[in-house]
Amino acid sequence: MAEAHPVAFQWVMEAKRRGATLIHVDPRFTRTSANSDKHIALRSGSDVILLGAVIKHVLDNDLWFEEYVRAYTNISTIITDDYLDTEDVDGVFSGFDPETGTYDTSTWAYEGETEKVDRGLPERDETLQHPRCVYQILKRHYARYTPEMVEEYCGISREDFDYLVDAIVANSGRERTTVFAYALGWTQQQGGSQMIRTSAVLQLLMGNVGRPGSGIMAMRGHANIQGATDLPTLFHILPGYLPMVKAGQESFAEYTRGVGRKEQKGFWANADIYTANLLKAWWGEHATVDNDFHFDYLPRLTGAHSTYQTLGRMLENKLDGYFIMGQNPVVGSANGRLQRKGMNNLKWLVVRDYYMIESATWWKDGPEVESGEIASEDIGTEVFFLPCANHMEKAGSFTQTQRMVQWRDQGALPPDDATSELQFIYELGQRIRAKLKDSTDERDRPLLELTWDYPVDEHGEPDAEAVLMEINGRYLTGEKAGQPLPGFAEMKADGSTEGGCWIYCGIFKDDVNQARRRKSREEQTLVAPEWGWAWPMNRRVLYNRASADPQGRPWSERKKLIWWDEEQGKWVGNDVPDFPLNKRPDDPGDPSKGGPAALAGTDAFIMQPDGRGWLFAPTGLADGPLPAHYEGPESRVPNPLYAQQSSPTGIHPQHGKDNLNAPGVKPGGDVYPYVFTTYRITEHHTAGGMSRFLPYLSELQPELYCEVSPELAEQLGLEPYGWMTIITARSAIEARVFVTERMRPLEIGGQTIHTVGLPYHWARGKQAIVTGDAVNDLIGINLDANTQIQNSKNNQCAIRPGRRPRGEALRELVREYQERAGIVEIDGQIHDATPQASHNAEDLEHTIEHADIQSDYMTKPPPSKVDESEQKGGTR
Amino acid sequence: MSLLSGPEGPITDAGWGHEHHRKGFFTDTSVCIGCKACEVACKEWNQNPADGERKILGSSYDNTGALGANTWRHVAFVEQDGDRIEEARESGRRLVSLGMPGIGPKESRTAEDGAPLDLTGADRSHPDTPEFRWLMSSDVCKHCTNAGCLDACPTGALYRSQFGSVVVQQDICNGCGTCVGACPFGVIERRDDGTISPKGSRDERFDQDVPEMGTAHKCTLCTDRLIDGEIPACAKTCPTRSISFGDRDEMVADARERVAQLHERGMTEARLYGANEKDGVGGTGSVFLLLDEPEVYGLPPDPQVPTAGLGSMWKRAGLSAAGMIAATAIAFAAGRK
Repeated sequence: MAEAHPVAFQWVMEAKRRGATLIHVDPRFTRTSANSDKHIALRSGSDVILLGAVIKHVLDNDLWFEEYVRAYTNISTIITDDYLDTEDVDGVFSGFDPETGTYDTSTWAYEGETEKVDRGLPERDETLQHPRCVYQILKRHYARYTPEMVEEYCGISREDFDYLVDAIVANSGRERTTVFAYALGWTQQQGGSQMIRTSAVLQLLMGNVGRPGSGIMAMRGHANIQGATDLPTLFHILPGYLPMVKAGQESFAEYTRGVGRKEQKGFWANADIYTANLLKAWWGEHATVDNDFHFDYLPRLTGAHSTYQTLGRMLENKLDGYFIMGQNPVVGSANGRLQRKGMNNLKWLVVRDYYMIESATWWKDGPEVESGEIASEDIGTEVFFLPCANHMEKAGSFTQTQRMVQWRDQGALPPDDATSELQFIYELGQRIRAKLKDSTDERDRPLLELTWDYPVDEHGEPDAEAVLMEINGRYLTGEKAGQPLPGFAEMKADGSTEGGCWIYCGIFKDDVNQARRRKSREEQTLVAPEWGWAWPMNRRVLYNRASADPQGRPWSERKKLIWWDEEQGKWVGNDVPDFPLNKRPDDPGDPSKGGPAALAGTDAFIMQPDGRGWLFAPTGLADGPLPAHYEGPESRVPNPLYAQQSSPTGIHPQHGKDNLNAPGVKPGGDVYPYVFTTYRITEHHTAGGMSRFLPYLSELQPELYCEVSPELAEQLGLEPYGWMTIITARSAIEARVFVTERMRPLEIGGQTIHTVGLPYHWARGKQAIVTGDAVNDLIGINLDANTQIQNSKNNQCAIRPGRRPRGEALRELVREYQERAGIVEIDGQIHDATPQASHNAEDLEHTIEHADIQSDYMTKPPPSKVDESEQKGGTR
Repeated sequence: MSLLSGPEGPITDAGWGHEHHRKGFFTDTSVCIGCKACEVACKEWNQNPADGERKILGSSYDNTGALGANTWRHVAFVEQDGDRIEEARESGRRLVSLGMPGIGPKESRTAEDGAPLDLTGADRSHPDTPEFRWLMSSDVCKHCTNAGCLDACPTGALYRSQFGSVVVQQDICNGCGTCVGACPFGVIERRDDGTISPKGSRDERFDQDVPEMGTAHKCTLCTDRLIDGEIPACAKTCPTRSISFGDRDEMVADARERVAQLHERGMTEARLYGANEKDGVGGTGSVFLLLDEPEVYGLPPDPQVPTAGLGSMWKRAGLSAAGMIAATAIAFAAGRK
């Protein structure tokens, strides 16, 4: 966090100053470790073993926050008897189809009559004795996750494990809270979603959700990723976490019922209202009740369309044009060589950036051109480079991980022809509409009828606040017509209101851009509600009903946030209550009504269809209702827990010989004996577009290096600050040798595991001030089934001293290792020795079934979910 | 002690009168996260040229190396093992004085109010000595009470500002370099294009403007910002308050309090640098909280202003002159006989 989020880390240091204990769990000793009370090194990819063991410890020793957990989670809920755990099926859950590598999740359901389950009232056993209640399932599921397992397979000593557990236990309960912060160390793993889920299970058990100083903080891939998920630049969701419509979903009613049924508890029961307001904001007067607000105008998904599926289509010559805005995929995405190969097949490409990044110049100075593998004149892609304004040169908003939106004004005009994204997209839309204006083709109606009418200034820049106003929404009829909506409770599904993103409704309350507020924290309460604006409804802590006990009293004076005020008959406190304001703590809820009215006074998790926090997730995940440990796709460590070696749902497109995996535990795995992990460092920004072109940042970290333990350096004869070559089943690169005790070999399952570290900010090209080999060339495309995010954090490599070969000899070197590992034969045949089911590019179509994680299932998404920029390994 | 600074303090001595407060930094390295934002903010604000050779330096995460004509804030990175940490704790515990370790009588530790700090009851057993630590520390010009550069400058290009800082006037500096040798910390340097000091060749891809070549440069304490009521760029940008800025007296008091706090937590390796007014430069405007011996961070353990010996030098010179005159006189007197 100190490395990649130094500004946010100031608050961690502030907490530390006030006595907080800070523990850093990371394979590497980083700047964060240097400032922590304790650094605990673990083997990359073994996080579920560690957290699973913590869960087991708190369950076995009854250290969980019983009153909280019983009231606010689904611990007593009974699961259907069709459900089979990894304990029963040797490492997979019930419903697994080995042919497609996917799950039918219907057996992970709650027990009870359908009618009652639909109303959020499943069977429960408050004694927690029923063998199929969540408590008993949890206990069985985590029984294997012992401290011995942690010692043996995470590489964490019993002493350090005890320290960690004791710190969490001592800092949880009525008086204290613990918070987890994670970043791409979890996200960018095959199985990363389940690592985050494990921390969610633990935090719920310890009562660390919905309370001040609690929760799980997703440290995002870069600025405004949260905003880009709320109003998504993602293929599978619409604004406000409404799912993208799938092919075959013809009716508005059917679609909105799929998002949230009217009879279920909580706020997703109003999915029809949110959808109607979105459509109304987009198609204005053309969207009416009678035509279902032109639900038919929305595009339909026929499969997964993440960046990696798009790449697959490029490689198959099925894609003509491509826009790259604020991304540098040939550097930032996994398997850079494949990215460049795909882009060679495009007819045209538009790149918008500050500088001539490698994704704009690969065709003339990329690694394959340099090595002579391909000649520039053989690449037919027509590249258009358009300069863009930077964040200081345009107005707009940033949303950070607390869901806080902060507005920024334009600081300076962009230079020369540079324009903002807003202006570019707006103009692009204008021009397309102008070209189509006489069209009578039905398919052009959605474009022509779109509300596309923002006021522009003398430079042609649209007013960003006008866009924010559209997102907020307005009254359309009655005496308030034209006024901004004060909150989403005012939204109606009868066409009398519109709003582009229901969770942002209220950001323009009272005709004031609430995100622009800058009242000093010195002049307001600790919660600082008047700095910026947080969705929804300016709540700073989500699910904050859980900050009070079931009777509505704060758990403790020290940790109070909101509470029930009997005299006023409402919830009051320092934050905006995340609960129906006048619902008494002892209100049983009215199941006959559905929606918010059906919530009981203790249903703190108001977005869940049963009002409870989910220890066991009956829906929403593609790879299991409970986190289970699987080894990474190339791991050489046999899975100590299950016969299933790596994620059964992991996605691994082959792309000919260009995306091979190392054999891992199979014969030949020892050809790639070392683990490498990739990361960012403070001095650079993701793929380097915002740092390698700037002298003041370039001089701070001028060259690519590889962090190596003294033991491994000695073993391989690596000279400090000399050169080394790193070879994977995809490619080989060279880096400076950085010998440091911050890297330590670990004894794992009887073998010594050496991990080396590679920051990925550099690239080959001629435009940047500093250049170096691109680390992502080493990484294969192995995706998480929930998020389509690649596995960047633990892959296997071979290492030798000295620089890599040049020209054709480079590919020969890579091939030599592939042959030795037996993943290609001398005649060029491919052997897929990967330990998991592999998929052809076409097979990826099925992934749509589980690509739409949260929204299908009426749960509010953890902020960690699919995230295009993180998926691409960061932008620029 | 230099003869060129009197008991009134540097600002008054420089003729600014009594109403000015001496300003300074307190750099608390125990909360430095090594983000280098201070280095970048300094270069941005002062429009200094980039400095490095754009080659890995071989010094942990430090690639700018040292303070110089262009780099006025510099972050050092020191990787240490458990033995070295234990030594640092021991040496810190032995340090009676919270000021700069130096020669001369040791002062006893005092609390903020000047009373001796009683830590006898404090738990001195540190929680757990880590096996490894990574020290980070942002260095800057010390703005000494007795500033060697200022004393040595023959042209008057260097002056003491109303904030107590020592500043170069580029339009007066003739580039003689006397100040460079006079700084006991190696801070001030002449700006060059690689011809004065042997830097690697500049990459032709990267052309940058190098203004005021040949003259001496160093931290100005952001005089221009101070005049506008702002604080220096490095302190403004520091995310963790590792660099704070204010009246020097308050900075020193804060620093002493922080050391006491850390000692109470068992971090006896904490010590101050530059807060002792009896050291060889009369104390510095920039004070530091270090977690090891100054040498570990590349700081001199016992800096001396070169003009410290001015009095005795003149005395000796006078004595020799007198001796010579006397000898001559005797020679003449003897010759007459």
